[in-house]
Amino acid sequence: MSARPPGTYLLGGVRRLGSVTIFFVQLLIQCVPALGRPRLLLMQIYNTGARSLIIIMLSGLFVGMVLGLQGYDLLRRFGSEEALGIAAALGLLRELAPVITALLFAGRAGTALTSEIGLMRATDQLTAMEIMAVDPLRYVAAPRFLGGVIAMPLLTAIFSVIGLYGAQLVGVQMMGVDRGVFWSQTQGSVDLHDVNEGLLKSVVFGIACSLIAVHEGYHAEPTAEGVGLATTRTVVASSVITLLLDYVLTAVFL
Amino acid sequence: MTSTASVQAASAAHTGDVVAAVRDVHYAAGGRAIFAGLDLEVRRGRITAIMGPSGTGKTTLLRLITRQVAPARGQVTVFGKDLASFGRNQVYALRRRMGLLFQNGALLTDLDVFENVAFPVREHTDLPEPLVRLLVLTKLQAVGLRGAATLMPGELSGGMARRVALARAIVMDPEILLYDEPFVGLDPISLGFILRLIKHMNQALGITSVVVSHDVHELATIADDSYLISEGRVAAAGTPAQLRASDSAAVRQFMTGSAEGPVPFHYPAPDYAGQLLEADER
Repeated sequence: MSARPPGTYLLGGVRRLGSVTIFFVQLLIQCVPALGRPRLLLMQIYNTGARSLIIIMLSGLFVGMVLGLQGYDLLRRFGSEEALGIAAALGLLRELAPVITALLFAGRAGTALTSEIGLMRATDQLTAMEIMAVDPLRYVAAPRFLGGVIAMPLLTAIFSVIGLYGAQLVGVQMMGVDRGVFWSQTQGSVDLHDVNEGLLKSVVFGIACSLIAVHEGYHAEPTAEGVGLATTRTVVASSVITLLLDYVLTAVFL
Repeated sequence: MTSTASVQAASAAHTGDVVAAVRDVHYAAGGRAIFAGLDLEVRRGRITAIMGPSGTGKTTLLRLITRQVAPARGQVTVFGKDLASFGRNQVYALRRRMGLLFQNGALLTDLDVFENVAFPVREHTDLPEPLVRLLVLTKLQAVGLRGAATLMPGELSGGMARRVALARAIVMDPEILLYDEPFVGLDPISLGFILRLIKHMNQALGITSVVVSHDVHELATIADDSYLISEGRVAAAGTPAQLRASDSAAVRQFMTGSAEGPVPFHYPAPDYAGQLLEADER
């Protein structure tokens, strides 16, 4: 087999980007009628959000606890253990909560979305809808996309709260940082700008991860292998895009 | 609903009109020519059987009639309109007058049997819930599965899934019903049910039916018109009896299921002995 010329990779990338962009616009158009079907939307928020709660809460707790341990060790070298609350709160709100939630979302909810839609394609369910004159973009893709976009900031907020509790658990309960100082420093230093940064990031990651998951499922080859490959692509693309967007958004905010 | 009923009453009066026609259609997929000048007609109020060996494009023909794909050349007309100029909305309007029974049923796996049948009604009408319930239960009764209304698709046998799919296909009272390989993988009892249902839908409801299959004997018992497709075009057309009496060796081979005839058992391959010896030399 001869190696493909580099140009074909570039063209393939551009074609793929174009396909995702067109799909995104079509999806946005269908989101308007999808908003008018609250039952369908609530079901998808439950599927992507509520069903991801355990993994998000457990991860948030452990990330917060590690942050507490590492933060305490670092700050102690400078005699600033009481700043642990600020370090943990800012680290979680601005960076760790949105990014880790998005990565976990891609692995848990994103793969579920892709494989579900891909299997619907493979078992002719999407074609059956088309034949019944029902647009699968409106009935299947748009509610799932919206469900992911709504669930992501909620999951991120829960991750932040549990993470902060984990940091407090280690810093205050185990390492002996004063509870009053921990919370008052956190309250005094965290402002709305920090919360907004995390919120905006989580919304952007929610759009990106849900779009990738739904797009990959919708365009999966209708075979077992095709659905498997699409699911893998969801995790890889979502993770890379999340980290890339995180850098861009952080640079914009700082 | 009233207008649909009147359309069907008018349909019955005009039995024999051409509902769908395929004229000189050429179509290729994956670099392989599937149709090369296909011509056929589906007449109102009749059961038209489309037969042919596997891979001759029988399912593709249904995809052309439902405008899932467009021909490279030629014309497909349904209800007297050429589909070539149809936009998305027109295609959807056309499909609302049709029903398609998929080979695997294609039931929506997250909805139970009742909701699967109710799905097109809920999507296309604002009927009050008691009417939806009445409509769905009537259709489920027609296919003998009213008692299975609360089951999920995963709990159904292949034959039951196909009957639910049939109930879903007729729930909007289509004028034309397309069946894609409705007999594949069914036990004799389920097969008998499906055969009777196809006949019943046609006779009692006046629905024009197109049945794509390679089950010659089953089709012969219900079909009014038959087409045998081979090598991208119609090899024979007529009533099942006429096809059986055909002089063509290819038609006779298909109708009798004989291994001897112009349609080879073996896929084209190099010389058998030569290839075996070549393997030895390696």
